[in-house]
Amino acid sequence: MTTSTAGPARPTGIRRRWTEHGLLFIAPFLLTYTLFLLWPLVSGVGMSLRSDNITGSGGEFVGLDNYAEAFGDPGVWSSMGNTVWFTVLSTVPLVLCGLVFALLAHHLRFVRWLWRLSWFAPFLLPSGVVGLLFLWVIFPSDFGFADQLLASFGLHPGIGWLTDERYAMLSVVAATVWWTVGFNFLLYLAALQSIPRYVYEAAELDGAGGRQRLWHITLPMLRRTTGVVLILQVLASLKIFDQVYIMTGGGPDDSTRPILQYVYQAGFTGYRIGYASAVSYLFFALIVIVSLVQLRLSRRGGEESS
Amino acid sequence: MSAVADDEGRRARWTPGRAVLLAGSLLLAAVWVLPLAWALAISLKPEAEATRTPLRWIGSTVTLQAYRQVWETGDLVRWLFNTAYISVVTTLLTVVFCAMAAYGFARTDFRGRKLLYGVVLAGIMVPPQVLMAPLFAEMVQLGLVDTYWGVILPQVAVPAMVFILVRFFDGVPRELEEAAFVDGAGRWRVFWTIVMPLSRPVLAAVAIFTFISTWNNFLWPFLVTTDPNGMTLPVGLVNVQSSYGLRYAQMMASVVIAGLPLLVVFALFQRQIVRGVATTGLAGQ
Repeated sequence: MTTSTAGPARPTGIRRRWTEHGLLFIAPFLLTYTLFLLWPLVSGVGMSLRSDNITGSGGEFVGLDNYAEAFGDPGVWSSMGNTVWFTVLSTVPLVLCGLVFALLAHHLRFVRWLWRLSWFAPFLLPSGVVGLLFLWVIFPSDFGFADQLLASFGLHPGIGWLTDERYAMLSVVAATVWWTVGFNFLLYLAALQSIPRYVYEAAELDGAGGRQRLWHITLPMLRRTTGVVLILQVLASLKIFDQVYIMTGGGPDDSTRPILQYVYQAGFTGYRIGYASAVSYLFFALIVIVSLVQLRLSRRGGEESS
Repeated sequence: MSAVADDEGRRARWTPGRAVLLAGSLLLAAVWVLPLAWALAISLKPEAEATRTPLRWIGSTVTLQAYRQVWETGDLVRWLFNTAYISVVTTLLTVVFCAMAAYGFARTDFRGRKLLYGVVLAGIMVPPQVLMAPLFAEMVQLGLVDTYWGVILPQVAVPAMVFILVRFFDGVPRELEEAAFVDGAGRWRVFWTIVMPLSRPVLAAVAIFTFISTWNNFLWPFLVTTDPNGMTLPVGLVNVQSSYGLRYAQMMASVVIAGLPLLVVFALFQRQIVRGVATTGLAGQ
């Protein structure tokens, strides 16, 4: 290479070992990364400016028309709204339940495997399995498990858990909390286990009771974990698709349809992949904005606590 | 019982407060187990009794008939194989590609290394879901629709995994490798015989999480497979749910069979998973 001769004295021997072969190690990753992440990211922008069909061909350049149409499309706004609403509804119970379960499992100090198994195991189920379980046996009216459980307390509600607009979103949230709380639970559990014991012992010597230790030691020490859990949870909730698609198909009357399903419908059942790309990038913009806001908030929080 | 032992053998005293906590926890644990228990109960009932009300946990007989029927139709076996194959290959490639890349970024030098690492880190921000339209068009052009590689390849390059591994490799003392260099070993050998074995815990965490997320992935395999023979388990189940008609026991038998493999993985790797969440927690999902 011609560039190497112009540089400072070449390192020799072992030191030179540290500077060779780098790209070869990165090449396999870089190739797949470029082909299946960077390239679609770039080509998607091109597609969003065209009126292409499903195979990415046969369309013509339409400039920003797709974006203009998306901004005026009530379907985009309502599914964007559903996505945000789902995120708001699901994040609070998912973070709180994760925290409470971890505190319980940590402080009860026995049959830990039982808590781990019952609260974490659902997280390991494929979304398809969770969707079918709730769609066919938990939430059907009358003979479903939820209705029958209420019936055993003398109630006969006949609630349309997934078919009534008042309950459909809440039912999806309930299924999601059941399914995914395990991940937050484990994050909190790991954080609790890393708090050194002597902190508690010192507090105990100073006469702090259980409740005081919880409020003045445990919860403050979990603040950073809560920040991480919150960011991950919001980002995960915004990407909701599977459960809704399987359980309600976005209904009733599109009341649960999230933005990713709208993209799917525009591109894969409506065959307008250019328009679908444009909507994808609006959604991407939402995710980037939410991430930046959260990053800013968590930085500020970090400065205050230190 | 007057006391229970904690993990260091210390005795925690039973107080009314603790008893209430325990009772509450047991109740919450029961709530979480109930849906799965109910699925299991239904799968063991004769089909005619699967939806009978009022709520009864055990039908007139306990039968494996639903499982036998599911097994005999054969689709589930096929999907299990597809899912296992795709998950294993994806996990292997992800671990090898990401570990090699992370080693390259952490331990070697070349022009543009920092810039390139910046580009990779920026990829953490990109949710694969927003790429579904252009990625699918690309798959059509490459002729990878309805192939294993079409499902596998887009899941292999995970920037978050590279980030986790770079941080780990940064903490490994360079002296360990230098001794091998003195003995004349090359880069490649040092990587495979020293660095990789040393990184086993973090690699295990990366592998387990890749495996879980690949096994459970729905959206991408759902988009890129149209042929029922090539479907993964979650996609296949959802795709043919209508053809079950109203056979609830069979559907729940499928649910149990589909859920079981990862529960076994969890039982076997409980510790690594719990620790892995702590080390790779930033990976998300």
